[in-house]
Amino acid sequence: MSHAVLSSQRPSADTEAPALEVRGLGKSFPIGGLFSRDSVRALHGVDLTIGRGEIVALVGESGSGKSTLARCVARLEKPSSGQILIDGVDVLKRDRFQASRAFRSQLQMVFQDPFGSLNPAHRVEHFLRRSLAIHRKGGNSETATQQRLGELMTTVGLQADMLNSYPHELSGGQRQRVAIARALAVEPQVILADEPTSMLDVSVRIGVLNLMRKLRDEQGISMLYITHDLASARYLADRTVVMFAGELVEEGESLDLLANPAHPYTQLLVSAVPDPARAGSYDPVRRAELRQAVMASTTCTFDGDPNQACSAEEPVRHRVGDPENSHWVRCHLYRPQPGAGGHALAAEPTDNTASA
Amino acid sequence: MTVSQVSFGSHEPVLEVKNLTVKYIGDTRSTTAVDRVSFSIGTGEVFGLAGESGCGKSTIANSVMRLLKDPAKIAGGSISFGGKDVLAMSQEELRRFRWQDVAMVFQSAMNSLNPVLTIGEQIVDIFTTHAGYTRKESLRRAGELLELVRIDSARLKSYPHQLSGGMRQRAVIAMAVALKPSVLILDEPTTALDVVVQQEIMAQIKELQRELGFSVLFITHDMSLMVELSHRMAVMYGGRIVETAKAQDVYTNPRHPYTQALMSAFPPLTGPRVPLTGLPDGVKFRNIPDLTEAAPGHFVAPVSADASAADTAIMEGAAR
Ligand SMILES: Nc1ncnc2c1ncn2[C@@H]1O[C@H](COP(=O)(O)OP(=O)(O)OP(=O)(O)O)[C@@H](O)[C@H]1O
Ligand SMILES: Nc1ncnc2c1ncn2[C@@H]1O[C@H](COP(=O)(O)OP(=O)(O)OP(=O)(O)O)[C@@H](O)[C@H]1O
Ligand SMILES: [Mg+2]
Ligand SMILES: [Mg+2]
Repeated sequence: MSHAVLSSQRPSADTEAPALEVRGLGKSFPIGGLFSRDSVRALHGVDLTIGRGEIVALVGESGSGKSTLARCVARLEKPSSGQILIDGVDVLKRDRFQASRAFRSQLQMVFQDPFGSLNPAHRVEHFLRRSLAIHRKGGNSETATQQRLGELMTTVGLQADMLNSYPHELSGGQRQRVAIARALAVEPQVILADEPTSMLDVSVRIGVLNLMRKLRDEQGISMLYITHDLASARYLADRTVVMFAGELVEEGESLDLLANPAHPYTQLLVSAVPDPARAGSYDPVRRAELRQAVMASTTCTFDGDPNQACSAEEPVRHRVGDPENSHWVRCHLYRPQPGAGGHALAAEPTDNTASA
Repeated sequence: MTVSQVSFGSHEPVLEVKNLTVKYIGDTRSTTAVDRVSFSIGTGEVFGLAGESGCGKSTIANSVMRLLKDPAKIAGGSISFGGKDVLAMSQEELRRFRWQDVAMVFQSAMNSLNPVLTIGEQIVDIFTTHAGYTRKESLRRAGELLELVRIDSARLKSYPHQLSGGMRQRAVIAMAVALKPSVLILDEPTTALDVVVQQEIMAQIKELQRELGFSVLFITHDMSLMVELSHRMAVMYGGRIVETAKAQDVYTNPRHPYTQALMSAFPPLTGPRVPLTGLPDGVKFRNIPDLTEAAPGHFVAPVSADASAADTAIMEGAAR
């Protein structure tokens, strides 16, 4: 981080419980007909910690389980196994059947699909007003509420007269911003944002990313930022985690992770980022081969070579590079370079900030 | 063979939009969402359309498909497809025109599948109604289509809510190319796809395009993807086109301050983390004039004195 011009002002909160901690989260979905026994394993053994005032980016393959993770944490989906701790409290135990209002005040989610997540029958004002009212953030007078509504719209770069618009009257990017404003209205401690800026032009997107950073800096809000835009993950997030086939396979300080990707999938992902500076360098045939090599597997998630040490069991976490970057990779194929300072961490760590 | 080596297409325009103006007429406020927009797309050409969120891109796409509904009004201009006046087509002609001549992947793709039918049923439907294949043949082709967009054909049995956002987008792309249209409109088709899958799908579309020679109108906010895949592109702001040229020229030499802001608001993947700004607060372009040719094939809307002040503000890149 020494080169970073943007400071990461997150408070050092060693003594407090992290804002969000997920332990051993698993989720399977039944698929096929009513009586079919097939199921999709969407999540497996996910351990993730987000400190107070920390922004963590979650990247990974389409269909790898990112939204499922967020939906489980937001209590919209019931995990098959594991624990979810908010402020150190196990929320699955506390609110057994459904999320309480207190929980919703603590944690808000911005959904991936802005076209499906706003009820078409209501005007923009309704969504924001409702959030303010339920969580008692509207102030104690109508004037205060109105002012807050105006502020929220300005915050996300929309004109106040759009409060009167129905969702179908908004463009894709405008809807996304309404969804963000709705989450912000609640002033939660944790925001799970599932691709919140995918339909915004880069210039507005930077504005929203800067806003998210400001909320973190000023109000200590913690965030899980799900994105396919690696550059924005690097720009915004303190740490980046990579998900592949329902498991977290690599994690580290964002700059370090993207500069030194250790997992074959992360390497593939980084190499596939389109870059106009090297337009024409992208070769679909070669990419398909590389992907095949990484993805096609029978005996384990990666290699398929049963003679390799890890193949038969769960892979272990290896530290990558300088411990300061808390960068680890969990892969059957990863072999630390001699002298590169990497070594295996605990076989089944629950503490993912594991630094020696 | 790399993507950008694909032939440039001919200059015979398939789709020609001239001076298109579209308004949304409201009780309280009316918006001119598209304001005297002109562009044409050649056979086999990929034409990119970028611009501010809310600047009218989807409205243009919907106009071409004749899918605009009240309170939208086409207030002026013309759209022609293969020499035929699209705005004058009868309902009967439109039925063929949509999906067979011109197919579109909507920005709301993730949400545009029928929730009560499986993916397989929806694709089979297209083949049986539009192409007249038997059910069995349709099913086989449906499986092939899914594989084309990298979804296991076992997922034919899945309902839309059982697929991830990106899988739904891919299913819709598969449906759009099913009938091999001559123009494919893609409105933000890859917002939910990781870069690996995104590159693969776009390469597939390119491949198909080369094979079948269709043209593409490609709307995206991803400037790198646009520059990499489009032959020519246009940048819009506030309902107007502010710049149009070969995609590489727009990238290497953006001339309009808004285009420049787009190209520089791009966080890098290497180097230190530096604060970026989009358009600085309060910068707005108004009364955008018609395009003039600034260099051969490179058209730009001249910038008034006001907006050049904005220009310097962008270049200074104020801290957050
Ligand atoms: N309700 C459901 N029923 C059955 N399967 C499901 C359901 N929801 C998700 N899945 C499956 O779980 C897996 C993970 O889906 P998820 O939506 O979490 O992926 P994602 O990482 O968010 O992908 P994307 O980037 O494409 O949005 C996918 O294989 C998906 O088909
Ligand atoms: N039915 C409607 N009634 C009123 N205004 C509308 C309606 N549909 C769209 N608009 C307005 O028209 C403008 C253009 O919308 P459009 O959806 O074409 O934008 P876009 O360029 O596709 O934006 P994005 O990139 O965010 O999707 C927006 O300002 C939007 O608010
Ligand atoms: Mg998702
Ligand atoms: Mg749009």
